[in-house]
Amino acid sequence: MELRTEPFVLNIGPVHPSTHGVFRMRATLDGEVVLDLEPVFGYLHRGVEKLAEERTWSGVIPLTDRLDYVASMTNNLAYVLAVEKLAGIAIPERAEYLRVIMSELQRIAAHLVSVGSFLNDCGAYFTPFLYMYRERENIVDLFDMVCGQRLLYNYMRIGGVSQDVPEEFVPALRLIIPRLRSRIEEYEWLLKENEILLARTKGVGILPRELAVNIGASGPVLRGSGVKWDIRKADPYSIYDRFEFDIPTGEVGDCYDRYRVRAEEMKQSLRIVAQAVEQLPEGPVRADVPHLIRPPVGEAYGHIEAPTGEVGFYVVSDGSIAPYRCHIRAPSLMNLTALKDMMVGWKMQDLIVIFGSFAITMGEVDR
Amino acid sequence: MAILDAGIAGAVRQMEAVPPDWPGNPWWHWLVFTVAIIVFVLVMVIIVIYVERRAIGWFAARLGPNRTGPFGVLQAIADAIKVLLKENITPASADKIVYWLAPAVVFAPVIMTFAVVPFQDGALLADLNVGLIFVVALGSISTIGVFMAGWSSGNKYSMLGAMRMVAAVVSYEIPVILALAGVVMLTGSLSLNDIVIAQERVPFIVLQPLGFLLLFIGGCAEINRSPFDLMEADSELTAGFHTEYSGMKFAMFYLGEYGEALVMSTLIATVFLGGWQGPVLPPWLWLIVKIIAVFFVMVWTRSTLPRVRIDQLMALAWKFLFPLALVNLFVLALETLAWPEALPLYIIPVNLAVTGVLILLGSRLYKLGWGRVEV
Repeated sequence: MELRTEPFVLNIGPVHPSTHGVFRMRATLDGEVVLDLEPVFGYLHRGVEKLAEERTWSGVIPLTDRLDYVASMTNNLAYVLAVEKLAGIAIPERAEYLRVIMSELQRIAAHLVSVGSFLNDCGAYFTPFLYMYRERENIVDLFDMVCGQRLLYNYMRIGGVSQDVPEEFVPALRLIIPRLRSRIEEYEWLLKENEILLARTKGVGILPRELAVNIGASGPVLRGSGVKWDIRKADPYSIYDRFEFDIPTGEVGDCYDRYRVRAEEMKQSLRIVAQAVEQLPEGPVRADVPHLIRPPVGEAYGHIEAPTGEVGFYVVSDGSIAPYRCHIRAPSLMNLTALKDMMVGWKMQDLIVIFGSFAITMGEVDR
Repeated sequence: MAILDAGIAGAVRQMEAVPPDWPGNPWWHWLVFTVAIIVFVLVMVIIVIYVERRAIGWFAARLGPNRTGPFGVLQAIADAIKVLLKENITPASADKIVYWLAPAVVFAPVIMTFAVVPFQDGALLADLNVGLIFVVALGSISTIGVFMAGWSSGNKYSMLGAMRMVAAVVSYEIPVILALAGVVMLTGSLSLNDIVIAQERVPFIVLQPLGFLLLFIGGCAEINRSPFDLMEADSELTAGFHTEYSGMKFAMFYLGEYGEALVMSTLIATVFLGGWQGPVLPPWLWLIVKIIAVFFVMVWTRSTLPRVRIDQLMALAWKFLFPLALVNLFVLALETLAWPEALPLYIIPVNLAVTGVLILLGSRLYKLGWGRVEV
């Protein structure tokens, strides 16, 4: 007797522990093997781009917080860079340094969340996740000290940052750098050579180099595939050309490489923070920019290397107090376009791991 | 526990004249031990749930339950009350009878297993001469319950979880039974009481380190403890086979799950760690201490390791544990042939060396599947 089997459709999401928000994948499975996959976006759509057109130029900054909500600082930075480019504003030295310190701390915090939730997706029962959150807490405390917020910072301003750091900030930061470094190394010691983690992630969900470039992937997803592309080096913004750091890259572009790139980037970010805090000059933190700024008619594109990849803001001004158009290039969404190519043929369990290795934030994908 | 102790001690005192074999015991023997076992299982399940939640909390750098009662010991009871008050929901697409039956089928074998577990010399409900086979057989019945739950729920996640469970249990029964066969070879008896008595000189873990490891790994897979918890894989299948269950039926699964962990810990403690044998403390307390020690290691692995994939799970059973179990059994057979009475103690380092070499060889010859392994 021959048993006939047929593929079935499994809806993963929109509410599922491993979809990092409200993402939905319609997977066609043959037993455990993924035959087809259809990502469904838009459950978290809030119309941020349209909302931005109704706000003043500085009023858009809080909206950018809500895009990639695990990395608000870098979103702020990308937007204010675009507006400053458009209006031709030069910002004080100290503000530049503070921006770099904040974005690198934010990168570490966001990568800690990414790595922690990735390991949770691999099935490590919450332990790595909570360890990573414990370390993130150090950074969040610093941000709290700086701007009074713990998630949506709204710290960057057009022409600088909202306020100078308090006196106790720099000593606290100096204390945290070695602690974070030793902790990150400790976790690597546990995870880097973990046999089960290697088995689950090595060679799984390979994103080939060509495909990664073709879909416009960026950030750790692109670098995991072996492309040495980092906006901090490729098109240095702010004052990144003054610091010494390496760009870690992967070799084959599997989930393990993406995880390794994030882990290495945390160390590199610590290097940058350590250099920046040594060089931190005194002075004002905000250029003399009016609150109701009216940039000249024109357009500008500001992009930075955010934890998830290249965050870009394309702003168009018609000379009024509000942006005429504010387009957001969301790296999470770009990276996700490779989803189907990477997942077909793998097992249902791999699907979760591959998805976790993207470390997307739904707030950014759906905007 | 004091009541339990008095019950067991009284029973044992009364039974000194009559060996605790079936039949021949006074009628109240059944009553005392049935009650004692049910109380033991329920209390121990509460204890292991507490141990698990607190220990996992500490491992994960948090506190775990600490509000209900002193040190949070009453948390499991509070949860039980909460769960009992919840509504029982039966999905429209469920196969009603099977759906209602599944929780009982999962939980009943757990209590039944303890019928053959000795709490003291002769203090057990029925000293079956096929005790070990009885335990292994009952362990497989729970699987049927899980499959019933997964199939009858009418939920694809449940079905996937249940299918994984069946595949895992069918594969892991073999190394588990082969590991237990080694102990039977050493003892010459399948009765758990005889096995414990045979460990008076030295627990079998030192004579059979590889057997212990095989049983522990295989046991973890059979009862779906992490890293082999594929059947409920919270990050993939949300809750696996019991996704659709709620209220009392969910509580039965919860009890059953920890009950199975308890059974496996008890089996390992009895067969490899000398069961109730031990100095100073009363025997039943020794058994409990050993059960909790074994369970703690399971909690430890759960909170440390990621989950394996289903094909890797299969590969581990068939390509690693199975050959190792066969070789181990063969080596042990040769040793028993050389010393038919009892193994001399100087065989211990030899067996340890054999274990080390086999594990090294096994891990060299076999890679856990970096990439695809077709099943």
